Amino acid sequence: MTAKRRGAQLGMLAFAVLIVMGAYASVGLGINGKVPSGMLGYGLGLGGLMLAAYLVLARWAPWADPLLLPLVTLVNGIGLVMIYRIELAGERLASAASQLMWTALGVVMFSATLIALRDHRVLQRLTYTAGFAGLGLLVLPMLPFIGREINGARIWVGVGPFSIQPAEFAKLALVVFFAGYLVAKRDVLALAGRRLLFIDLPRARDLGPIVITWVISLGVLVLQKDLGSSLLLFGAFIVMLYIATQRTSWVLIGILLFIGGAFVAGQIFSHVEARFDVWLHAEDQRLYTAVGGSEQLMQGQFAMGSGGILGTGLGQGYPYRIPLSFSDFIFPAVGEELGLTGLMAILMVYALIVERGLRTALAARDPFTKLLAGGLSFILAWQVFIIVGGVTRLIPLTGLVTPFMSAGGSALLANWMLIALLVRMSDAARRPPPQAIQDEGMTQVMQR
Amino acid sequence: MSELTLLLIRLAFLAVLWFFVIAAVGVIRTDLFGPRTAPAPARKPVKQPRPVSKPKKGEPRQLIVTGGPLQGTIINLTETPITIGRANDATLVLSDDYASSRHARLFPQDGQWIVEDLGSTNGTFLERSKVTRPTPVPLGVPIRIGKTVIELRK
Repeated sequence: MTAKRRGAQLGMLAFAVLIVMGAYASVGLGINGKVPSGMLGYGLGLGGLMLAAYLVLARWAPWADPLLLPLVTLVNGIGLVMIYRIELAGERLASAASQLMWTALGVVMFSATLIALRDHRVLQRLTYTAGFAGLGLLVLPMLPFIGREINGARIWVGVGPFSIQPAEFAKLALVVFFAGYLVAKRDVLALAGRRLLFIDLPRARDLGPIVITWVISLGVLVLQKDLGSSLLLFGAFIVMLYIATQRTSWVLIGILLFIGGAFVAGQIFSHVEARFDVWLHAEDQRLYTAVGGSEQLMQGQFAMGSGGILGTGLGQGYPYRIPLSFSDFIFPAVGEELGLTGLMAILMVYALIVERGLRTALAARDPFTKLLAGGLSFILAWQVFIIVGGVTRLIPLTGLVTPFMSAGGSALLANWMLIALLVRMSDAARRPPPQAIQDEGMTQVMQR
Repeated sequence: MSELTLLLIRLAFLAVLWFFVIAAVGVIRTDLFGPRTAPAPARKPVKQPRPVSKPKKGEPRQLIVTGGPLQGTIINLTETPITIGRANDATLVLSDDYASSRHARLFPQDGQWIVEDLGSTNGTFLERSKVTRPTPVPLGVPIRIGKTVIELRK
């Protein structure tokens, strides 16, 4: 039924790279009326990288979804352009060259995952290993000597001159663990247990390991003041339980737990309370001028406001006025220069990536693949929701990267790995089933 | 660089960005609405044979899918047999786990349409009874193939 559609993929990939090169040129024209000299270098660099990724994909996952790679290329490229633009404006910490290098490493990671992992179902055998690995990665920054504290959050591990955020990789490992565990236990989780009021409660021994993992991971994240990641894991946990058991009660329990948790956290931890304050009273003059106050959030809102419907045009706004405009706040920065029209296009691209992931989950033939693909697509969507909701003040701001766009190596590597896993699963799901050879007499021979 | 040029570049960039999104949706359209090739080949041959052999009164002219994922699909009947199954070259391509790749065949004979099961795994049903040998199909009697139900209409 499904065709490989390699031509469409290559065409869309070239299209994405061309858009990114156009964006580079537009930045140069907007800032000083010249096409920037580095454009060809960056454009060819990105194009070469994506061609390499395409060749790996065509060789090792020929049936994979044709859209995942081009869509990711576009958001990654727009992020690169934005970081380049903010660097040109004189922001010291933004570095397009280092982001391009991390993108290259991301593509290497993508290729390595595709080549090494020929069949994603081996991950099912590593369920508990993945669970322990995820917890280990989360705890890593708390250890002395290698753990580093940057900007008040102890979520970094120093390796020589680089620092990486192990939590980014931990969430992949934990999703693998949740998927493997839930596949094994979903029937007992859904059917065995008592009914309390109108909610079906599963037996404690079935739920034990997963709740313990979840509590430990959340506890570690709260202690590290990494609110974004804890929210991310919480959502992933609830949604995967829901996918596995098909019980609406889980969503209900999840929302109740979340409201309770947020309330308690707001009472206990001062940094959580501060986030709520900034969210609710961002326009307050006192909060605006306070250290760690609402200045960043309001600058982001001003930027999106001045961008309006059509934006100021690339290179013609003032996105560098937002603190951390190249990482956490890249979304309002893009909003200022491309306007609501551009932001919606980018959100559509994210939505399409997630749609391809969920489609893979639907088309998958075994429950483990379904859960893993559903969980991975969900954490991508949830990540976008948390950060975009945060910067637009729909929900309190929690520091999370915008996938593929924000400056930040670990997140880029982890998200490229996530895409590699989705590509691997879509390859398995779209590959035509082996057909029985007709007229073979009494026994039927299956051919691959 | 004049203001106007910059404005044009800005608008062109946004337009191209959205064109990319639309192109991407175009690539996945087949996923959402099923392959468009299924009814199309049936439509073309209709034009030539129609003047030659006009269907007589009381003869079915259309095959309508009344149940299943393809509900609402209409295939105009001509002299050519209609194949149904999951295979790509079937006239009505089903994406149904319960259908075989070459599931059943409908062909005209002496002014009647005959349904024949092509050795499918889950069988073809004319009304309630399983089709074991080529059987004539009266007008408006449901034929069930997997989750799909089809009928002949005037």
